[in-house]
Amino acid sequence: MQSRDRHPVPKALRGWVLPVLLLLLWWLAAREHWSSSPLLVPPGKVWDTAVEQVRSGQLWVALAASLRRDLIGLAIGVSGGLAFGIAFGLSRLFERMIGPTFHTLKQISLFAWIPLLSVWFGLGDAAKVAFLSLAAFFPVVLNTFEGIRSVPPELIEAARVLKFNRRQWLLKLVLPAASPSILAGIHLALIYAWLATLGAEYLLVSGEGIGNTMIDGRELFLMDLVIFGVLVVGFVGFALNWLAARLERRLLAWRGHSVAQF
Amino acid sequence: MTQVGTLEIQHLSKSYAVSTGDLAVLDDVTLTIAPGEFVSIVGSSGCGKSTLLRLIVGLEDEYQGQVLLDGERIVGTSLRRGIVFQEHRLFPWLTVAGNIGLGLLNAALTPGQKRQAVREHIALVGLHGFENAYPHQLSGGMAQRVAIARALVSKPEILLLDEPFGALDALTRAYLQQELHRIWQAEGITMILVTHDVEEAIFLGDKVVVMEPRPGRIRRIVPVDLAYPRERAGLDFSTVKQRVLREFSADSASLAEPPLKSPLPPAPPVTVWQFAI
Repeated sequence: MQSRDRHPVPKALRGWVLPVLLLLLWWLAAREHWSSSPLLVPPGKVWDTAVEQVRSGQLWVALAASLRRDLIGLAIGVSGGLAFGIAFGLSRLFERMIGPTFHTLKQISLFAWIPLLSVWFGLGDAAKVAFLSLAAFFPVVLNTFEGIRSVPPELIEAARVLKFNRRQWLLKLVLPAASPSILAGIHLALIYAWLATLGAEYLLVSGEGIGNTMIDGRELFLMDLVIFGVLVVGFVGFALNWLAARLERRLLAWRGHSVAQF
Repeated sequence: MTQVGTLEIQHLSKSYAVSTGDLAVLDDVTLTIAPGEFVSIVGSSGCGKSTLLRLIVGLEDEYQGQVLLDGERIVGTSLRRGIVFQEHRLFPWLTVAGNIGLGLLNAALTPGQKRQAVREHIALVGLHGFENAYPHQLSGGMAQRVAIARALVSKPEILLLDEPFGALDALTRAYLQQELHRIWQAEGITMILVTHDVEEAIFLGDKVVVMEPRPGRIRRIVPVDLAYPRERAGLDFSTVKQRVLREFSADSASLAEPPLKSPLPPAPPVTVWQFAI
């Protein structure tokens, strides 16, 4: 049983082996013309396009437009979701009255909202932001509700003995106890909202954004532009996810590594 | 005029409605606890000792009879009656100091006084240096000490303990029993301990209340007139322990001590083989 690895590739770099091999394969395929299709562009061309996009500032304009919409939609969706989820969790009356309607609506596939939204808001930014907000809204409501309903009854009894008033009970017990679930909901909202940003740009085609860049590339058969767009989208998604994970780790450091005990 | 911290339980009864009728959990429990006393309550499971504690602290209501603290009928929970449960029930997102501070959230003290009280109680339970530790970093015994500090920080008149050391290993239990005794002598507040450990009950208590189940009622109150510090291996201790244990094995009819040896009739000589059918 070896405790030290004799493998030629060090641990940190192992994740890179596959991408590098695929890149090599791609480069070889383009150079040797394994396919005569004009859609097979060499990696070099993509790199040139990338440099061009960055230099001319087009990348930043498109990215800024997409991210602006993403953040506005997130703000609306997350804050609305938190308010809704907390009301759901705390008030049985609210849950009984609004619950059935909410649970029905949440089953509707997000993309099915597009025709309705485009009729109400047009094809511009407002419709895209509305779509984004919906994407962020549902996971936040569900996770917040779950978190509030899962406050351990043992701690509730402890709070009763310590004579917590209503405000203390909410701010010092319920919300902190629900915070792991709430943050998980916000993390999901971040992911879904970025997905929906792209979706909105494809389906409500107007204006600027990374998705629009890719659509232009598709229209003009500029595969290098399309692939470049894909890479940018992937990178932004990765960065958002990393940020959310960092935030969760920081705010939930009190959990330690084991399951919560009380 | 009752002294501060006098608890009077008068004809306390409680029953739960279950599908087959009414289940009597407590039946006519009467007990008076003087201020500063340490009372141990022992009993097997189902004798209602935990229910009794929860009624005193105010977590349960709907009972017959009266529970009076200093002559006043108790209503709901109060900072004058603190409790330590079998689980530590600390808030995982707060540090040790934060958790102890919870006991003072609704106390009429200035922030400076609150900080001082928290400091004092961290020292009282012997956790100096762990002010900023989180519950997940503490051992079971340490967490339970924080729970005790949290219950004591608001200076209640009575501290109730519901099998506080039941979830801990034997060594930690013995150590914490010593600590609880030391804290009791230092603070001088009335303490009521519920336990299934007879030795623990005698080691800590001024008197041992033996309860029996179905329905829960007091069988006997055994006074413990031993001086402190008490030696578990001592003869006096063992005598009291035997007295208490006897309550569990004897049936309720026999109150007199049974003879040590009952004479057996002589066995008949074996003359004929018989089948024992």
